[in-house]
Amino acid sequence: MLKTRLWFILILVGLLTTACVPQSPSTNAPVGDNADAQIEVKGSDTMVNLALAWAEAYQKENTNISISITGGGSGTGIAALLNNTVDIANASRRIKQEEINQALSLGIEPYEVIVASDAIAVIVNPSNPVNHLTLQQISDIYQGKYSNWQELGGEDRPIVRVSRETNSGTHVYFLETVLRLGDPDNTSLFDPNTLLLPSSEGIIAEVRDNPNAIGYDGLGYVTPEVKVLGIKTSPDSPIVFPSIDSVIQGTYAIARDLYVYTNGEPQAAIKAYLDWILSDAGQSIITDLGFVAITP
Amino acid sequence: MDTPFIPNPQLRKAKATFSQAAEILITAVIKAMGYSAIIFVIMIFYFLMSEGIAAIGEVPLNVLFSTRWYPIEGFYGILPLIGGSLLVTAGATLFAVPIGLATAIYISEIAPRWMREILKPIIEILAGLPSVVLGFIGIIALAPQLRVLLNLPTGLTALAGSILLGIIAIPTIVSVAEDALDSVPRSYRDAALAIGATRWQTIMRVTLPAARSGVLTAVMLGIGRAIGETMTVMMVTGNAPVMVRSLSAILMPTRTMTATIAAEMGEVAKGSVHYHVLFLIGVILFLISLTVNIIASAMVFRVKKRTERILS
Repeated sequence: MLKTRLWFILILVGLLTTACVPQSPSTNAPVGDNADAQIEVKGSDTMVNLALAWAEAYQKENTNISISITGGGSGTGIAALLNNTVDIANASRRIKQEEINQALSLGIEPYEVIVASDAIAVIVNPSNPVNHLTLQQISDIYQGKYSNWQELGGEDRPIVRVSRETNSGTHVYFLETVLRLGDPDNTSLFDPNTLLLPSSEGIIAEVRDNPNAIGYDGLGYVTPEVKVLGIKTSPDSPIVFPSIDSVIQGTYAIARDLYVYTNGEPQAAIKAYLDWILSDAGQSIITDLGFVAITP
Repeated sequence: MDTPFIPNPQLRKAKATFSQAAEILITAVIKAMGYSAIIFVIMIFYFLMSEGIAAIGEVPLNVLFSTRWYPIEGFYGILPLIGGSLLVTAGATLFAVPIGLATAIYISEIAPRWMREILKPIIEILAGLPSVVLGFIGIIALAPQLRVLLNLPTGLTALAGSILLGIIAIPTIVSVAEDALDSVPRSYRDAALAIGATRWQTIMRVTLPAARSGVLTAVMLGIGRAIGETMTVMMVTGNAPVMVRSLSAILMPTRTMTATIAAEMGEVAKGSVHYHVLFLIGVILFLISLTVNIIASAMVFRVKKRTERILS
C-alpha cells in the first residue's frame, strides 16, 4: 500500500517536472543570420529601469534574444565583468584605472560605450523652504560643516544627509564632482553621520517622509513627492534646475554620462544590441524615462 | 509461522553476518552525519580565516582599529561596525527578552487551552515572516513614527533596528522557553500551591527557577538570532558608520557588521584588501556568536548542577 502510493507520488513528480521544462527554444526561432543568444547584463541601479525598458523593447523585436538584467550598483557590475560572469556591465561612472589594471591582469579588456546622460538631482522634503543651494554649500553640508537648516536660510531643523551606498556609481560621482568639487587633490569625505541607503527607493522614501533630510538621486528616479533644488555653481551664477534641456546645454553642473562595458569590442548579438541602443529606437526610450539621450 | 525456516545453516550464518555488516555501516553513516555539523563549522571557520587573516597583514592595526569606515578610500576602521552590531543586538535583547518570557509564561502557565491553541500558531507565523518584509514595514511605518514620537532627526536609527530584531527574536525565545516551562513536572506546581503559594509566587519562585537552564538557552538563542540578522537592519538602521560612544547612540543611525558585509561583498574584487577586510569582519562575527554560545552552555551547565544539588 505504502509502496504503491510512493510510486504514484514519484510518477506524479516526474510528470510535473517534465511539464515544467520549457520547449526547446530552437524550434520556434526564426531562420536568420543572428542565432539565439542570451545576454547577461548587470550593474548600475540608476540604469536598471532603463536597461529593463531597452531589453523589453528589443526582445519584442528580436524574439530569439533573451536578455536578463540585474542591478546591484556600478561597482558590482564592473566586478562581475571582471569575474567574467556577465556580458555587459552597466555603470553610472567611468571605470577606474585600478579596475582596468585588475581587468587586464584577469585577461579582460573593458570596452566602453557611452549610452546616455543623466542629471543628478539634489532633493529635499517639500516642506523645506530652501529652494536652491550652491555647489559649495552642498559640499559643506555633506562634509558635516553645516548641521542645521537655519544656517542655509531654512527652518530650525537638524540636517539629515542621505546618500547611496559606497558601491553605487552615483555615490562615487557625487563624492568626486560635488563633495570634492571636481578637485582630484581634494580628499574630503562624507560626514560619518551620512545615512547610506541601499537603494534609490530608500532615498526617495526617507526624503519624502522626513522634513530634515537632503538627498541626491538620478533625475529619472525623482518623484513629485520630493522637492528638487536649483543649483548654483557659484554664489552669483544663475540658478539652474536639472532637466533634459539644461543637461544638453551644459548649464546644469551635476550631470554625468552613463556607460556600458563589455569584454573586448562587442561581437555578434551583443554588438547588434548595443547598436540598437544607440539607434533612434533605443535613444527615444531614454527620454521617456527621464534620462538624457546622447543623440537628441 | 512468522519467521521463515532456513534449513541451510551456512545461509543463516551469511544472513547474520550481512545484517551485522549493515548494522555497522548504518551506525557509521549516522555517526558521520552527527560529526558533519562539527566538520562544517570547522570548514567554515577555516575558510573565513584563510580569506580574512590576510587583512591583518595588509591593513595596519591602527587603521583597522580606528573609528572611520570608508572602504573605497582605504579607511578600514571596524570599531564602529562592531559597536553598531553590539548596540543593536543589546537593544533587541532588552526588547525581546521581557516580552518573549512573559509570552512563554502566559502560554505555558496561565492561558486557557483554547487561547494556547490560538497563540502558538500565531507565534509560529511570526517566526516565518521573511525579514525583508519586516524591514519594509520598518521603513514605511516604524521609522517615520519613531521620528515623530521621539522628535529625532531621522527614524532610521539603531532603535528601529533593535525593535525589529526584537520581533524576529521573540518567536525563538517564546518557543524554547515555553518548552522548558512545559517540561517542569506538574508535582512542583502542585506542591507549591499546596503550601499556600499564590499562582504568581509559584511561577516566580518554583516553575521559572526549575526551568532556568532552558530559559537561559532561549535567551541566548534569541541573541544569536538577532546578531546574525542582516536584511532588516540594513533597511532600517540608516547604515551610517558612526562610532558608538554613549547609550544615546541608540537614537542615532548605526551600521552593523552584517549589513556591511551584505552591502559591500557584491562590489569587491576577489582578493582585494577590501575583500579580505570583509572576511575579517565575518571572522569577528563568528567569534562573537561562538562566545555567546559558549557562555550560554557554561551557564546552563552551572545552573543544572546547582538545581540538581538543591533537588537531591
